[in-house]
Amino acid sequence: MAPRPALLLASTAAVAVGVLPLLYLAVRAHDAGWERILDEIATARTLTLSLRSVALAGVVTAASVVAGLTAAYLVTRTDLPGRRAFGVLAALPLAVPTYVAAFAWTSTIDGFAGFWAAALVLTLACYPYVYLPVAAALAGADPAAEEVARSLGRGPWQVFVGVTLRLARPALAAGALLVALYVFSDFGAVSLLRVDTFTRAIFTAFSLGFDSTGALVLSTVLVALTALLVGGELATRARGARYARLAGSARPQTRIRLGRWRWSALAASAALAALALGVPAFSLLRWSVAGVSRPGTIAEIGQAAGASLAVAAAGAGLTVLLALPVGLLSARAPGVVATVLDRITYLAHALPGLVIGLSLVYFGINVAYPLYQTVWLLALAYATLFLPLAVGSIASAAGQSPPRLEEVARSLGRGPWAVLRTVTLPLTLPGVGAAAALVFLAGMKELPATLLLRPTGMDTLATQLWTQTAVSAYAAAAPYAALLVALSAIPTWVLAARTGVLERGAA
Amino acid sequence: MRNPRALALAVAGALVLSLATACTDGGDDKALTVYSGRSEKLVKPILEQFTKSTGIKLNVRYGDTAQMAAQLLEEGDKSPASVFLAQDAGALGAVSKKGLFTELPDTVLNKVSAQYRANNKQWVGLTGRARVLTFNPTRAPYQKLPKSVFELTGPLWKNKVAIAPTNASFQSFVTAMRLQHGDDRTRKFLTDLKANGVQIRPNNDAIVNDVHDQKVAAGLVNHYYLFEKSKEVGVAVHLQPARMHFFAPGDVGSLVNVSGIGVLKTSTGEDAVKLVDYLLGADAQTYFANNTYEYPMAPGIPLAEGMPALDTLKGPAIDLNNLDDLAGTVAMLKEVGLA
Repeated sequence: MAPRPALLLASTAAVAVGVLPLLYLAVRAHDAGWERILDEIATARTLTLSLRSVALAGVVTAASVVAGLTAAYLVTRTDLPGRRAFGVLAALPLAVPTYVAAFAWTSTIDGFAGFWAAALVLTLACYPYVYLPVAAALAGADPAAEEVARSLGRGPWQVFVGVTLRLARPALAAGALLVALYVFSDFGAVSLLRVDTFTRAIFTAFSLGFDSTGALVLSTVLVALTALLVGGELATRARGARYARLAGSARPQTRIRLGRWRWSALAASAALAALALGVPAFSLLRWSVAGVSRPGTIAEIGQAAGASLAVAAAGAGLTVLLALPVGLLSARAPGVVATVLDRITYLAHALPGLVIGLSLVYFGINVAYPLYQTVWLLALAYATLFLPLAVGSIASAAGQSPPRLEEVARSLGRGPWAVLRTVTLPLTLPGVGAAAALVFLAGMKELPATLLLRPTGMDTLATQLWTQTAVSAYAAAAPYAALLVALSAIPTWVLAARTGVLERGAA
Repeated sequence: MRNPRALALAVAGALVLSLATACTDGGDDKALTVYSGRSEKLVKPILEQFTKSTGIKLNVRYGDTAQMAAQLLEEGDKSPASVFLAQDAGALGAVSKKGLFTELPDTVLNKVSAQYRANNKQWVGLTGRARVLTFNPTRAPYQKLPKSVFELTGPLWKNKVAIAPTNASFQSFVTAMRLQHGDDRTRKFLTDLKANGVQIRPNNDAIVNDVHDQKVAAGLVNHYYLFEKSKEVGVAVHLQPARMHFFAPGDVGSLVNVSGIGVLKTSTGEDAVKLVDYLLGADAQTYFANNTYEYPMAPGIPLAEGMPALDTLKGPAIDLNNLDDLAGTVAMLKEVGLA
C-alpha cells in the first residue's frame, strides 16, 4: 500500500487545482460586494433560469439513463444481432461536440429549437456517459448472481430489476451525475437551440454591457446548484455497495434470447445510432456540398489537427497525473476525507468553460505569469474542467483490484513506492487509460477556455471550426468538424473496447 | 483493453509527442501582439499585408470581441497585448473606461470624421456597418418595404420579423433609439415588436440563414452579413433570396456603427500606432470595402457594389461615443422580455 500521508498530500494538491476557479469566483464576488451580489442573484430571473437548468438536466439525465442502460443491457446481456458493432456505435456520439450536433439538427429540421429540442440533442450527446460505465460494469460483473437468481425461477425482468440493475447502480449513478453536470455547463447546444439556461445567461452577461462581474456572480449560483446535486448523488449511494470483479471469475455472461423482440431491439439500436451519428454526418456532408467557401490548405488543417491532439494529450496527461492520487485515495482509504476531496473536484465541473478560462487568466496573470498563454496553462484548465471524469474511472478501476495483493507485496518486503509501481499502477492501468481517453475527448471538443488560453497564434480544430462558422463559411468549416469527430472517434473506440463489449462470448 | 501495457505505451507516446510540440510553440518576442475580436477570415490578409509592407511582425490572437474585452480587463496592466481590434464601439468603450488604452496622435485620429471616433482620443473607427432589413421577397410584403424601423410593429409585419436581442449589434441599435427618441418610445417599440410576434435568433447569421431559407420573412441585421451569405451561396447580393433594404436617411433603423481599434498602455514603441495608421490608409480601407463589404472610414475610397454612399445614408443624429453604456438597454430588453 502506498504511504497514506503522501497520497493525502498529493490528493490535496490535485484538488487545489480543481478549486482554482472557485477561489477566483470568491475574489470576484468579494470585489462585487454583498449589495451587488444580492442585486444580481435575488431576482425572479435567477429562479427561472435555475429551474430551467435543473429541469433540462433532469430530463436529459433521465433520458440518458434509459438510453444508456438499455444500450448497455442489449449489448452485454442479449443476443442482439450485431451487438459488437452496436457496442462501439453506442459510445461514438461522445466524439460529436454538442455545438456540431445542435447545428446539424437546426439546419436539417425547420424550427428545431426550444427546451425539448435541446433535451433531445443533449441526450443524444450525453447518454454515452451512462452507457460506458454501465456496459463496463455489466460486462465485468460476476455472472453467478444472475445465474443463481435465474435458477431460483426468476424471469428475465425480475432478474434485471432485482440483480442486474443493482449491479449497475454505482456506475449508473456516477454516469448520471456526469450527464447532469454536463447539461449545467453546456453552452453550444442551448445557445443554438435558444433555451435560456443559467450558462447561457452567464455567457450573455459577458456581452451585455461587457459586465464580467455580473456574469461571475451568476456563476456562483451554478456552483451552489452543483453542490446540491453532488451531495444528492452521494446520498443515493448504498453504504458499502461494492461489487468486486474477482480474479478468476471472468466468465462469459449468459445472454438472454430476445426472441420476437429481437428485431424491435435491433431497430431501436439502429435508430439511436442514426439520430446521434447519422444526423450530424448528413449535415456535415450537406455543408461541404452546398457552400462555395473552401477550407485552408491541407497543411493548415494538419496543423490544427496536430495542435488539437497536442493540447488534448497534454491536458489528458496532466489530468490523469492529478487524478491518480485522488482516485487511489478513494479506493484504498475510503472515508470522510477521501469522499470530501473527491466531491470537491466536481464543484467546478458544471462551470462554463468561459468562467474556467477567465479564472485561469487571473491565475496566469497574477500567480504563474511565465505559464500564461502557453500550452501548460491550457492543460491546467482542462485538468480543472475534467478532473472528475478521470477520478471516477481511476477510482473504480482501483476499487476493483483487491487490496490484498498490495498487502502481500508489502509483507514480502517491498517499499511503498515499489508497490505503487509494480502492483497498484499496473492493476489500475485500464482505469488510467479510460480516464486519459475521456479527458482527451473532452479536451478535443472544448472551445471557450481554449479560445481564451491557447498560445497566441495557435489554432486547434475546435477554434478553426468556430472561426469558419463565425463568418458563415460552413463548407470551409465541414472538414474541421469531420476531422474533429474522426480523431475523437479513436479514444472513443478505446473506451468502448475497454468495457469488454467487444470480447467474444458464448451466446 | 486487452493489453494494458500497449495502452500505457500509447498514452506515454502521445504525451511525449505533446511535450515536443508544446516546446516548439511560443510566439516571436519582438512581434507586436494584436488581440483581434474580428474574425481571422476577415482581417488576416490585411494584417499580413501590413507585415509585408512595414517589416513589423504581428502575433495575432483571435477571439470573440466581448470575451476578449473581458480577458483584457482581467489582464490589466500585465496584458501581453499591444493593440485591441474590436467588432464594436461598445467593447472599445469598456476597455477605455478601465483606463487601459493610451491616447492616439491627432494625425491618425484626423483621418476619420469626429462622428466615428472616441472623444477621449482613445480609439478610432476603422470600418462602418449599417443596420438593414433583410427580407425574402417570397414571404415579405416586398412592395411595401418600410421607410422607418417603427413600421415593423404594424400588422403588415406580424410574425414576420426576426431580431437577435442578445447580439451587440442589436443592442447598439436599441441604445441609439433611446438616445434619439427617449426611453418611453423605445420601450413601446420593443413591447409592440414583441406583441407583433417578433422571432428571436441568437445572432445576425442565423437571421440571414433563416431569411434565405424562407424560415422567416425578414430580419434586422448588419448589412455585410448579406454580402457574406452571397459569397457563400455564390449568388449576387441583389439576386439572392435574402435581399437587403436600407431604411430612409436619418431613421434610427439605419444606424451606422463602427468596428475600431485602440492601442493599449502596455505597448511600447511606435509600431502599434503604425498599425493603426496603416489600417486607415488607402490599401487597408480599400481591402475592407472590397472584402468585408463595410464602409471605409477614410474618405475617397470606392464602396462595394450595391452600397449607398455613407453620407446619403445619414444615420440617426446621435453620438457613437455614447453607445458604450449598454446597461440601460440591457435592463430594458430584460424588462420587456426580449433578453
